Amino acid sequence: MATEMQKTDVVVIGLGAVGGVAVLPLVSAGLRVVGLEAGSWLSTRDFAPDELRNNTRDWPQSVQKANHEVPTSRANESEAATQASGHPMMNAVGGTSLHYWAQSWRLNPWDFKVVSETTRRYGANRLPAGSTVEDWPFALEDLEPFYDKVEYALGVSGIAGNVQGRLNSAGNIFEGPRAREYPMPPLRSSGFTDMMSDAARRLGWHPFQGPAAIASQVYGTRPGCLYHGFCDRGGCHVSAKSSTAVTTIPEAMKSGLLDVVTHARVMEIVTDSNGRAKGVQYQRGNETIFQPADVVLLASHTYENSRILLLSKSGDFPNGLANNSGQVGRHYFSHHQGAPVTALFPHNLHNWYGLPAQGVAIDNWADDNFDHSDVDFIGGGNLWVHTNRRPMSAARMSTFGKAPGWGSDWKAFIMQNADRTNSSYIQKTTLPYESNYLDLDPTVKDRLGVPVIRITAEYKENELKIAAFTQDKMEQWFREAGAVEILRSGLGRSMGPSTHAYGGTRMGNNPRTNVVDSTGFAHEVPNLGVLGASVMGTSGARNPTLTAQALAWRTAEHLAQNWRRIADA
Amino acid sequence: MANNKNSTRNTSDPSTAPRFSRRALLKQAGVVGAVALGSSAPLANAASGSRPGGSNSIPVREAFETLTAAESETLDAVLDRILPSDGNGPGAREARAIQFIDHALAGYLASQRNTYAIGLLAIDTAAQAQHGTPFHLLTPAQQDTLLKAVESNEIGGFEGSGSSFFSMVRNHTIDGTFSDPYYGGNRDYIGWDMLGYPGVRMGASPDDVRNEENLAPSRQSAYDLPHFTKDPVGGA
Repeated sequence: MATEMQKTDVVVIGLGAVGGVAVLPLVSAGLRVVGLEAGSWLSTRDFAPDELRNNTRDWPQSVQKANHEVPTSRANESEAATQASGHPMMNAVGGTSLHYWAQSWRLNPWDFKVVSETTRRYGANRLPAGSTVEDWPFALEDLEPFYDKVEYALGVSGIAGNVQGRLNSAGNIFEGPRAREYPMPPLRSSGFTDMMSDAARRLGWHPFQGPAAIASQVYGTRPGCLYHGFCDRGGCHVSAKSSTAVTTIPEAMKSGLLDVVTHARVMEIVTDSNGRAKGVQYQRGNETIFQPADVVLLASHTYENSRILLLSKSGDFPNGLANNSGQVGRHYFSHHQGAPVTALFPHNLHNWYGLPAQGVAIDNWADDNFDHSDVDFIGGGNLWVHTNRRPMSAARMSTFGKAPGWGSDWKAFIMQNADRTNSSYIQKTTLPYESNYLDLDPTVKDRLGVPVIRITAEYKENELKIAAFTQDKMEQWFREAGAVEILRSGLGRSMGPSTHAYGGTRMGNNPRTNVVDSTGFAHEVPNLGVLGASVMGTSGARNPTLTAQALAWRTAEHLAQNWRRIADA
Repeated sequence: MANNKNSTRNTSDPSTAPRFSRRALLKQAGVVGAVALGSSAPLANAASGSRPGGSNSIPVREAFETLTAAESETLDAVLDRILPSDGNGPGAREARAIQFIDHALAGYLASQRNTYAIGLLAIDTAAQAQHGTPFHLLTPAQQDTLLKAVESNEIGGFEGSGSSFFSMVRNHTIDGTFSDPYYGGNRDYIGWDMLGYPGVRMGASPDDVRNEENLAPSRQSAYDLPHFTKDPVGGA
C-alpha cells in the first residue's frame, strides 16, 4: 500500500539537466513543485581529479540507479540485443549536467526546417529514404528567448557570431541571430587551440571558440574555471561548471516552493478515470509512495522517458501512457559522434591541463552551411578540437603503426609522444528513420524486475557519408596545422546507448506522428509534459543539452502562463 | 574466487622467506613510509636498502593482499616485459603496478581474480614445459618470445584466450603505472614522470600551460589535496 503524500501543483520526474532548469520558472510563477530525483546530492568534495575512478571505473555513473537499467541494443531486428556494462547517464541532483563536457550550443536555423529547406533548395528527393524527419513545429526565432534565459541563468561562456544580424567572425557566423552576447567571454584559448585556429584561417575556414556551460570568470558566487582538467567525466571541484545542481536548482529552492526528494525511484505515472495524469508512484528505500499532483512533468533522460511511459499502462492507455498513437519510442536516434580523426604532431602540444569544452570549432561543413548540390547527402558535421589529456589515456595512445604495443620500443614511443597527439570530435547530423526505435526488452529486466529499454537502431547511408566527408575535412585541418601522422577511425554502424540520445517522445503538431505538441505537453494527456532531448526531432551537428534546456524552460513557462487551463481542465 | 593451488608448484620455495610483511620489517627498522626499491631486487630484499645498518641477508617479500608468492613472481616478470625498466628509466616494476593489481584483485577487479590465477599458471606452465624453468627466471628474450606466443594464442590453458589475458594484463599495467598513486601503483610518480605529466593540481595558469616542460611536477595524489580528503576521525 502506497503512502500518499500531500498534493502538489507540479511533480517533476528527474532533477537533472532539464528538470533542474524547469523548476526555476515554475517556482518563479508561485507554483509548488516536488522534484523526484533517483540519485543523491553530490558535493565538490566528490569531484577529485582521479582518472581511474572517473574514466575507467565510471564513477559516479556506476553507483546510481541508471546502471541497473542499461538499455539493450541491436542494429536491426535480425540481431539479438545485447546489454552494455554501463549506462551513459547518471543520477544525482543535477544529473548528467554534473559530469558532462558542458558544450552548450544553440541549434542552427536549418535544424528546425530540414524538410522544407532541403526540399526548397535541392528537391524533396534529397530527403533520405526511410527517414521520418519532420520540420519542427516552430523556428529558431521562437526558441531564441529561451536559449537566452538558460544561457544567463546557468552561466554560459562563449562569443556570439550573430547578434541581431550583426556578424562577428570571432564567433560562429553560421548561427542564427541572438538578442545579445553571451553572459561571459569564452574559455581561454591555448597554444594548441591558437595553432589550430591559425591553420583553419589559412584554409579559408571560420574557426571560433565554442560555447560552454562553464564559468570563464566569476559568475555570481561561483569562480571561473581553473583548467585543472579531469572534467570530461567528473564534476567540477570549484563549481565553475554550470550544472543545474549549482545554478537553477539552488536558485529555485530559495523560493521555499521546491521540495527536492532524493533516492526516489519512479515506477509509474498514474492516471485517473478521465485519462489525465493524477500523480507519480515511486519507491524510496522499501517504501512505496504516491505523489499526487495537478501536472506531471517527465524529465528523465531519453531512454527513461520512453520507458516510464511504456510502463505506465492503464485501461485508457493499454500500450503505455500517451501511446495510443503508437509513437512512444519512435523517431529514436543517437548522434553520430564517433569516427574521430587522430593526429600526431612533431612537438608537444601542452594539453595536460585542459578540458573538452576548451576548444575550437569549424561549422563550415555542418548543417546546410555549404552547398550540397554536388554531394550525395544532406546535413554535415561540426569539427571540434580541444585540450584534454590525462596520463592513463595518454599512455593508451595509438602508436600509428610506428611501434609495437608493449616492450621497450613502446615505452620509448609513449615517452616521446604522450603530449603530441590530438583526437577530433566530430558531431554529425543524424536523422530519425522508420526502422530505428525504442521498446521494452522482452526478457532483460532491472533489479526490481522491470523491463529495460531495447534500442533497435543503426546509422544509415546519410550518416556514414557525412562521416566520411567530415573525416576528409578534419584530416585536411590537422595536416595544415602540421600533423605528421593521421589515423581515421571506422565509421561505425550500430547506434548503441548514448548521452546524445534523441526522440521517443517527439514534439510536433501532428498527433499521429508525435507524442507531444508544440508546447511539450502530450497530445493524449493534456496535463503531462515531457522534457528532454526525447522531444527533439533533429539533432543538428552539436551537443543537445542547451536545446533540451531551452525547450524545458519554454514548456515550464507555457505551463505557468496557462496554469488554469492545463491544471484544471 | 578459487586460488589455484597448483600455481605454486615448481617455483621457488616460499618457505625460505620469513613470513614478515615488508611493512612490518620497515616499521621495525623505523622507516615506515620510506620507499626504497632497487630495480635489481623486484620483490626480495625490498627493505634492505633503506634499513639503517641492515644487511642484505634477510630476504623479504612484499605483502600482497591476494596474489600468491609464485603468482607475484610471474606477474612481476610479465609487467617488467610489458613496460620494462631500461635505458629510458624505470618501468612498471619500479612503479609497483603489481601492487595496484594485487589490491584491485581484492576489490574492484575481484571478478577477475580467477582469470589471473589461471592465466599466470598457464604462462608459468609453458615456461616450465619449454625451458624447465619458472617464467620469472627466463632471460628477457625468452620471456618476450613466450609472451608473444601468449598474445597470438599459441599457448593454451587460459580462461578465454591468451590474447585476451595478455590484453587485460597490459590494460592493468597501464592503470597501475599511470593512475593516481592512491591506488598503490605509480610509486614515486614514476608513471607520470615517464610521460612528462606534471601531476594533479587544483588549477593551471596560462603561464603554467605555456611553460609546461619547465613546470615543476606537483608530486601529489589527488587525495593529498585537502579538499578531497576526509578529516581523520579524532584529528590527525
